[in-house]
Amino acid sequence: MSTIPPPVEQPGHHEGGVTDAENSIELKEIAGLSQGQIVRKRFFRHRGALISMVVLAFIIVLAFTSVGVAFGSWKSGGWWPYTWNIAVAIENGGRPTLSLFPFSIGNHPFGQDEIGRDIFAVVMRGTQQSLMIMVIVGAIATFIGTVIGAISGYYRGWTDSVLMRFTDIIITIPVIVIGAVLGRRFGISGAPVLAIILGLVLWTGLARLVRGEFLSLREREFVDAARVAGARDRRIIFRHILPNAIGVIIVNSTLLMAAAILIETGLSFLGYGVQAPDTSLGKIISENQVAFSTRPWLFWWPGLFIIAIALCINFIGDGLRDAFDPRQRRMPTDKALSRATFVTEKSA
Amino acid sequence: MATFIVRRLIASIFIFLAATYLMYILTALSGDPLEDLRTSTAPNKQQLIEARTALLHLDVPPYLRYFIWIAGVGKCFIGQCDLGVTVQNQPVTVLLAQAAGSTLQLVTIASVIAIILGLVVGITTALRQYSGYDYGVTFLSFLFFSLPIFWVAVLLKQFVAIGFNDFLSDPQIAPWIIPILAVISGLIWMSILPGKGRRKLITFAAAALASAAVIIYMDLSDWFSYPHIGIVGVALTLVGAAFGVTTISTGLKNRRALYASLVVAGIGVAAWYPFIYFTTGLPFWGWIGIGVATVLVALGVGWFMGGDDRRPVARTAAIVGFIAFSVLSLDRFMQVWDDYANSGRIKGRPIATIGSGTPGLEGSLWVHGVDLFTHLLLPTLALILISFATYTRYSRASLLEVMNQDYIRTARAKGLTERTVVVRHAFRNALIPIATIVAFDIGGIIGGAVITERVFGWTGMGALFQNGLDHVDPNPVMAFFLVTGSLAILFNLIADLVYAGLDPRIRVS
Repeated sequence: MSTIPPPVEQPGHHEGGVTDAENSIELKEIAGLSQGQIVRKRFFRHRGALISMVVLAFIIVLAFTSVGVAFGSWKSGGWWPYTWNIAVAIENGGRPTLSLFPFSIGNHPFGQDEIGRDIFAVVMRGTQQSLMIMVIVGAIATFIGTVIGAISGYYRGWTDSVLMRFTDIIITIPVIVIGAVLGRRFGISGAPVLAIILGLVLWTGLARLVRGEFLSLREREFVDAARVAGARDRRIIFRHILPNAIGVIIVNSTLLMAAAILIETGLSFLGYGVQAPDTSLGKIISENQVAFSTRPWLFWWPGLFIIAIALCINFIGDGLRDAFDPRQRRMPTDKALSRATFVTEKSA
Repeated sequence: MATFIVRRLIASIFIFLAATYLMYILTALSGDPLEDLRTSTAPNKQQLIEARTALLHLDVPPYLRYFIWIAGVGKCFIGQCDLGVTVQNQPVTVLLAQAAGSTLQLVTIASVIAIILGLVVGITTALRQYSGYDYGVTFLSFLFFSLPIFWVAVLLKQFVAIGFNDFLSDPQIAPWIIPILAVISGLIWMSILPGKGRRKLITFAAAALASAAVIIYMDLSDWFSYPHIGIVGVALTLVGAAFGVTTISTGLKNRRALYASLVVAGIGVAAWYPFIYFTTGLPFWGWIGIGVATVLVALGVGWFMGGDDRRPVARTAAIVGFIAFSVLSLDRFMQVWDDYANSGRIKGRPIATIGSGTPGLEGSLWVHGVDLFTHLLLPTLALILISFATYTRYSRASLLEVMNQDYIRTARAKGLTERTVVVRHAFRNALIPIATIVAFDIGGIIGGAVITERVFGWTGMGALFQNGLDHVDPNPVMAFFLVTGSLAILFNLIADLVYAGLDPRIRVS
């Protein structure tokens, strides 16, 4: 993955064939670039991922600046006039005031609930919580998964057996089940605690993947070279093998974060997730699902935000996969291919 | 191989024991099982607490109480299962037997449909990489992947069930909808089928006109009130199936296979009249028996017409036979639709939003089949949407990776037809990673069914689990986990074996 070998003239290989053309297109694209630059270039070519990055950034900025943030007693205000926990007089029957033709936001663009809380503020607060849970879960699960996978893949033998059987035990219990059991106990302690708990059970898939990656990377020559040069295990693991496995880790931790946000909403829906007075997008939906026929906006907006966040993260993950994984390279278009064939034929 | 299986089996048993132990402890420590009694104001409070303590062995600490439970489970091997009692003193074994049926039914049907759909769509998108169809499916599968299942479920209830039931009370399609549907159908077919320029336009026009004709026919013949396929529809479908299956399975050049499947299709059409009108009192096993007999007859036809190439011909004929049986059964189920929808218990609103069956419904196998269908429709749709996305992505990626291998290039260079290259060389190898992913997924699907069941008011294992957890009562929770956990382990084991069976490299190491 670190270097792509130059094309070698093979005996019997037809000169100027399609394969050479494909290679020359690919080589021209990456000539003189570092690994990081290649990855960045490939990522920015993935239009879905790029748009998703912009949308996600917009959602994050919107959620954190509009209603401000609150940690316990410390609060900072935002530019939105209403807050998520204070009810105001109901206008317009609580219906959303947002209209596109002519465009106007109105006082309560997402509407109000039955006691008059502004749904925009509620949804923004829920988005904040869901994003925070997502980041914590992603960080913890990635850390544990990487460490366990790395150790068991690098040392093999007994260490590997013990760690992988432990992983098997956790993986046997469906995530939603163990999440519900733990959430019932710890959900009351607040959203961050719930996020930590979820992170502690979601690392299993990543650990298996990282282990597989380490098992194959540890046999490569550069690891032997490092060992001969006298590097200790810790240095080999973290400085030599881990950077080569970083693609798998980054891609899967993004996908894991998308899964985490859905699991959190599912748990909150069952009643084992985030507990009042905290809120999250899943909790808003589950509180309001009976009101669907009378106040559908209580249901639409939080759902749309969950989907938007999960969709963005999934697309970013897909873009990263394309960028890191040379096997899933993009097939050149017919036009580019014929041009390249022409060039190689001329030079040959 | 035998030592490999035995070693995996022993490891699986230990993993199972450890996982149940962990789960038991976590559940027992998740709260206070006596909480409701401690805060109660009943005069005999002390007595009640003692009674519950004795009932659930609460005087034994959880890490030892587990062994009381596992001893009861162990008795299953001598035929006397004892999974303990719930807080309300109901035996969990009986509750589990009632609950497991409906949940497993739901999960099995949803998984099978999702796997088949996911494979088909994944493979077709991989073969049409970077087409409009590919991009469309990719976007849709990402969207489905990002949907919270309960959110979808509420939408399905609102729009599919209530909306469709409203539509059924007066099934008239507005004239302006017909061209829209026709254009959509034309666009879909145009993006799926190969070709460029003129060919695309022809595909689009043919598909749009055909769809418009079918919709107008359905509208005029009041099809939605009296759905049917009819002998003409059955004949058309089966001949189409004979050609389609032969094309994929052996290629149309294999005339023997084509004629054998056409003969089977003819038998199916001939069986239409007796099957529709003389099966009113058919028991369930009779129906299954007819199905097995049909496939066997088709196998026989293929075998006798196969000449020196029996196996592929018999296989092709058997697949057509199965399709014939399915189409005939579908038509038979449709025959009772009107009776079902207008019966006293349904009252013209057939698509159900709650529960797993209409209580007190009487009627033949066919009526119960339709009842099952209307109740399974929404939860199955909800479950399929989510897992379908995963399978599509995986099978697409897997097939693409295989199609870029050198041996595919070799196969093409040998002059093999594209069908042989895709079906024989690529598809089989692409199945290897998919098989393992499907197996790993099963446990997760049952877990996801907890939420689906809750939304649709099923009294299945999800309810058992939730009630148990709400009362900090490990016995029902563990009964739930006993089923999901052992299924997960079983399928992991199967995945390992399938992997070893499909990929010789695994066996060597």
